[in-house]
Amino acid sequence: MSSVSTTSAADIAIKVDGLSKSFGGREVVHDLSMQVKRGSIYGFLGPNGSGKTTTIRMLCGLLTPDAGEGTCLGYDIRRDADKIKRLVGYMTQRFSLYQDLSVRENLEFVARLYGMRDARGAARDMIRRIGLNGREEQLAGELSGGWKQRLALGACTLPNPQLLLLDEPTAGVDPKARRDFWNEIHALAAEGLTVLVSTHYMDEAERCHEIAYIAYGHLLAHGTVDEVIAKSALSTYTVSGDDLNGLAAELAGKPGVDMVAPFGTSLHVSGRDKSALETTIAPYRDKRGWRWEDSEPSLEDVFIDLMNRSKDNFQ
Amino acid sequence: MSATDAASQNRGVPEPAFGFWRRSYAMLVKEFIQLRRDRVSFAMIVMIPVMQLLLFGYAINTTPRHLPTAVLIQEDSDLARSVLKALENTKYFRFTREVHSVAEFDDLLQSGKVLFGVEIPRGFERAVRRGDRPALLVAADATDPVAAGSALGTLGAVVQTALAHDLHIGDPPAMPFEIRAHARYNPAAESRLNIVPGLVGTILTMTMLIFTALSVTREIERGTMESLLSMPIRPVEVMFGKIIPYVIVGFIQASLIVGIGTLLFGVPILGSVALLAALTTLFITTNLSIGYTFSTIVQNQLQAMQMSMMFFLPSILLSGFMFPFAGMPVWAQYLGEALPLTHYIRIVRAIMLKGAGPSNLQYDTIALIVLMLVAMTIAVTRFRRTLD
Repeated sequence: MSSVSTTSAADIAIKVDGLSKSFGGREVVHDLSMQVKRGSIYGFLGPNGSGKTTTIRMLCGLLTPDAGEGTCLGYDIRRDADKIKRLVGYMTQRFSLYQDLSVRENLEFVARLYGMRDARGAARDMIRRIGLNGREEQLAGELSGGWKQRLALGACTLPNPQLLLLDEPTAGVDPKARRDFWNEIHALAAEGLTVLVSTHYMDEAERCHEIAYIAYGHLLAHGTVDEVIAKSALSTYTVSGDDLNGLAAELAGKPGVDMVAPFGTSLHVSGRDKSALETTIAPYRDKRGWRWEDSEPSLEDVFIDLMNRSKDNFQ
Repeated sequence: MSATDAASQNRGVPEPAFGFWRRSYAMLVKEFIQLRRDRVSFAMIVMIPVMQLLLFGYAINTTPRHLPTAVLIQEDSDLARSVLKALENTKYFRFTREVHSVAEFDDLLQSGKVLFGVEIPRGFERAVRRGDRPALLVAADATDPVAAGSALGTLGAVVQTALAHDLHIGDPPAMPFEIRAHARYNPAAESRLNIVPGLVGTILTMTMLIFTALSVTREIERGTMESLLSMPIRPVEVMFGKIIPYVIVGFIQASLIVGIGTLLFGVPILGSVALLAALTTLFITTNLSIGYTFSTIVQNQLQAMQMSMMFFLPSILLSGFMFPFAGMPVWAQYLGEALPLTHYIRIVRAIMLKGAGPSNLQYDTIALIVLMLVAMTIAVTRFRRTLD
């Protein structure tokens, strides 16, 4: 390592600058820069095809960036992929362990690949930790979605990595399993592990220490949840009452109204220009049957707004 | 859902006109598009029949001519030269080596460097003039009865005609000397003695190739490659891990074939069993390496199977398994030299039928090692360490 001061380098798990990647002439990741602190849970959010998986793959050496540079755990992502692989656990979006090996055999395989001395013992301990005892001899392909996801998490944490890269780990998993999974992630982070996790779910974003929002290959916002909401400069009114569908249809597209979205029994009406928004909604505020409330935008409002804006810019 | 429920639901969606044809057509269009995208399969559609036709048409010659022959001349006389010239004029023989001792003569035959040996004994001319009908020895490597058979069968008559023409003595009623044809190693010209050792190599080529040809593509198709690549493993380690189990499988298979060959078909093992086992293991590893190389080149399992076939077909045709190697045109022989089966067939026939030792088999052993190393090098450099 060159002259990077040791204290800051030790605190940073991932630091990348200007990463870009194209496939067949289509740029999937554009000039992406980010920093992830050690020991934090960093949420990676964005719509499908936004470049989350590609970015994660570049971080762990599975893809070579076309441009940009960076370090992962202090190692150069271009040159030191081998060293990074030893210290990083990567959980792929699609289950990618061997379906025709049992739970135990899969874990022992991973343990041996990382050169662990007591592969059997390590596998046995992990089976206990992820609660798969009694299923050791079951083939991985026969497990249900939730169990597969636990096994995959177990496999990537088995070699005691310093960084976990989890690519949509909770897609298609029931709420209970999701909650258990997140508890496990927090427990791991408490032990000092850095976790970068991509997700679609807003409630999961709020469980992260920091988040980044990426759309069409561009990193659009990052920071804590509160920071991201504050930086959005979005004004939101929550309306409750009758015939919200009719109101939504009337308001959509009016000046100052950038977004109208139903949330359960209420409606979120948001705009970036607060005064324009207030002028437009003024006639409706006095009408009976609706209750208007000046409120904070939700994270989802912010993200949808970011996505809509980026669509105008990049598409 | 009960049958009546299903029926009532179906009533709601009318069957479109020509439904069968529309759906079949949809499927057909999709298949064509996929086929067109699959460049390798598309190429194979053309390559396989063309290659087969060319090989069968040009390379295969069951009455081979110009076969490599060694001569041992114990006497330098006009008659001896005439006889040799007559032999060469039959077109069956091509004198590639002149030797000076019987030992050298035997060695060349045993190692398969020549298929025939002609010995003109000392005092040949004088014995002919005396009317003693001396013997001219033509020894043939008859492990492949097809290659040796036609040359030996027509030898007497052809030489007689040629000689008569050369010596201007008209058409003598009897030959002034005797041609003693000696079919070595397989005197009864039993084709099973030739086929069974060849089958050891052919079967191993087919099975070994397919075992490893599917190995990398299977990981890619099942999605496990992504996990594997994210872990700290090197291409060489992946290769060895995938080849070594099948070396054992191949060894068991080879033992089975050789065992059945000796027990049921009475094929002897004249040479060393340990040498046969060692070189068979080398051959198995070479084939596994080639199969593994294929799997790093192709994109899916279908292509892997096709590529294996592309390799297997010339192996059968050009290795000397089905048709005499020496009878093939030169270009086909060069192609044959690049195939491991060619070398293994020489090795296995030499050890089993001729009792050859390591010194006879140096060239073919080195050839197998070179082919193996080339395949492994290509595989390791071709193995993509990223998903780019």
